Amino acid sequence: MLEIKNLDVSVEDKQIIKNLNLKIGPGEVHAIMGPNGSGKSTIAHTLAGKPNYLVESGNVEFKNEDLIAKDPYERSLLGLFLAFQYPIELPGVTNASYLKQILNAHRKSRGENPIDAGEFLKILKEKSRNLNIPMEMHSRFVNAGFSGGEKKKNEVLQMDLLDPSLIIMDETDSGLDVDALKSTSEAVNKLRDGKRSFLIITHYLRLLEYIEPNYVHVFGDGSIIESGDKSLASRIDNEGYEVK
Amino acid sequence: MNKINKENFKQDAYKYGFVTDIEDEKIPKGLNEDVIKLISSKKNEPEWMLEWRLAAYERLKSMEVPKWARANIADIDFQDLYYYSSPKDFKEKPKSLEEVDPKLLETYEKLGIPLKEQEALAGVAVDAVFDSVSVATTFKEKLNEIGVIFCPISEAIQKHPDLVKKYIGSVIPVTDHFYATLNSAVFSDGSFVYIPKNVKCPMELSTYFRINASETGQFERTLIIADEGSYVSYLEGCTAPMRDENQLHAANVELVALDNAEIKYSTVQNWYPGDEDGKGGIYNFVTKRGLCKGKNSKISWTQIETGSAITWKYPSCILRGDNSTGEFYSVAITNNHQQADTGTKMIHLGKNTKSRIVSKGISAGKSSNTYRGLVNFHRKAENSKNFTQCDSLLVGSNCKANTIPLTENNSNTSSLEHEATTSKISDDQLFYCMQRGLDAEEAQSLIVNGFCKEVLQQLPMEFAVEAQKLVSISLEGSVG
Repeated sequence: MLEIKNLDVSVEDKQIIKNLNLKIGPGEVHAIMGPNGSGKSTIAHTLAGKPNYLVESGNVEFKNEDLIAKDPYERSLLGLFLAFQYPIELPGVTNASYLKQILNAHRKSRGENPIDAGEFLKILKEKSRNLNIPMEMHSRFVNAGFSGGEKKKNEVLQMDLLDPSLIIMDETDSGLDVDALKSTSEAVNKLRDGKRSFLIITHYLRLLEYIEPNYVHVFGDGSIIESGDKSLASRIDNEGYEVK
Repeated sequence: MNKINKENFKQDAYKYGFVTDIEDEKIPKGLNEDVIKLISSKKNEPEWMLEWRLAAYERLKSMEVPKWARANIADIDFQDLYYYSSPKDFKEKPKSLEEVDPKLLETYEKLGIPLKEQEALAGVAVDAVFDSVSVATTFKEKLNEIGVIFCPISEAIQKHPDLVKKYIGSVIPVTDHFYATLNSAVFSDGSFVYIPKNVKCPMELSTYFRINASETGQFERTLIIADEGSYVSYLEGCTAPMRDENQLHAANVELVALDNAEIKYSTVQNWYPGDEDGKGGIYNFVTKRGLCKGKNSKISWTQIETGSAITWKYPSCILRGDNSTGEFYSVAITNNHQQADTGTKMIHLGKNTKSRIVSKGISAGKSSNTYRGLVNFHRKAENSKNFTQCDSLLVGSNCKANTIPLTENNSNTSSLEHEATTSKISDDQLFYCMQRGLDAEEAQSLIVNGFCKEVLQQLPMEFAVEAQKLVSISLEGSVG
């Protein structure tokens, strides 16, 4: 699914990622843990193609294609989804029309016709119900004035809608209370179908208690310093990042 | 690597730049009494109209071209212009669409305005003005049955002289300012609308202005009168061919609303804006003014200004009737080297008058976009209110946005509220949308349409979708 080889990334002339290697197979759930400021979010932004994140060397293959050569929207259409730590507000753009437009962009790339209004409403109702999102939220402007929980739920709704093959979650647990964390995680778990892969970036263990990973990697000094199974996450939670 | 920067994106967005290959008939170049007499005789005008024009011309001689706009305007040689151009052998307006030159019908079809009534948008009557003449007006008879007059102003001068005489120049005096006075002397065609008492006009009325001939100015004159208790919604659209020269469009539009009447006037202005180096394009110097003459009357202006090399206009309301309301909703988009200096004047004279101004300026490329407005409360305008909101959106870092709101309050009981914001489309917003599968142009268009939504919503439904597309097209090539 995804293979990162010898990746070096710099942001504004500062090297953040040094010789990163990571391979994620279909259906696998990987977690990357690391202290604040270690640059673990840089991995997420680089994979999604954020401007100013400069790949100095190395390469990334996604579904056997050169990911780095592609525009951000092409990566999205290819099936890569990044759930933002801080979802962006789009004033004046209603959530419903935004969701419909991004869905249609994906349908178009698959050679399908734009979705009909009635069918879209049906899908939206069903998926919103799964996430306990009131339909009223869709007539508000995208993320504008949303609470932390609403923003994250809206991200999960979009991943559900776009049906990606790789979901990268950047600190999705931040800003969520226990109830919101639980319901968000449940919705994410429903998307685990054995084929879809996940890369979960987090500082804390608590998200991984709800979404159980197959692999846990510890990120430090721009690279993966240790890999293991879920027990590694518990150890770090007990001992902190300093101990190795 | 990331290809978000598309600085070399070639602009081919202006779809209406073609020239109709039709022989035209121009009168000699230049501005003088003979030219004015010739225009008047071409239109078979009565003597009083010619005298009115000549009086305007007499006044014009002592007037100077105004220079105060925040725009670089090349000097215009008023003697080097054609003031009248019509398709050749166009002696009399065709009586039915069957008689209209097929080339003209084809032109309007290419512009997306099918004139044949069975194909036309149901519920929209169109007056098509080509250079200096109206070439077709649809649904005229149907409107006539309920007493609504919708015809070219040249026809109204002949058939409804009393109405024209009473109202022409009553809102924009002949002496108003250089371009308005010039228009009064040489105006050629435009639309005339009269809605009788207590009639709600059952369809949208619209005029489609097309400049085709080169080196020719277009001097549109439109007059709309809504009698007591009536309602009308009117829309105008404008396009022109791509040419290296600057062409002048100097229009006068007058609206009069009597007691309890309402006029909704919408403009989708898409004159040729010039090329990406700023060569060519229309000078759109327009005087638009509405008089809320009667009590409880209402005039609402909505404008989507995307075209023209220079846009210089202030659709205004004079709120004379007690309890009258004036509204101004504007989206002005400038790209490349376009310049816009636009806004409104709300003059509160009557008691309990209300006005609302919502202006959205979007500048991209190396363009300059100014909102200029005046809200004035007269001493007698007790308990009056104004709300003004001016928002500017910058795309890129080489463009300019200015806001010049002026207020004069001579009434102790009246209140003004003003809000203004300036923002930039952020890279984060673009990246967010692109991460969800929208390309750079689609992402920008989504954000910009969100920014001007409040104004676009004011447009009649038949045109709102078209306007949204136009907003996106106008900004093509500006991402980066």
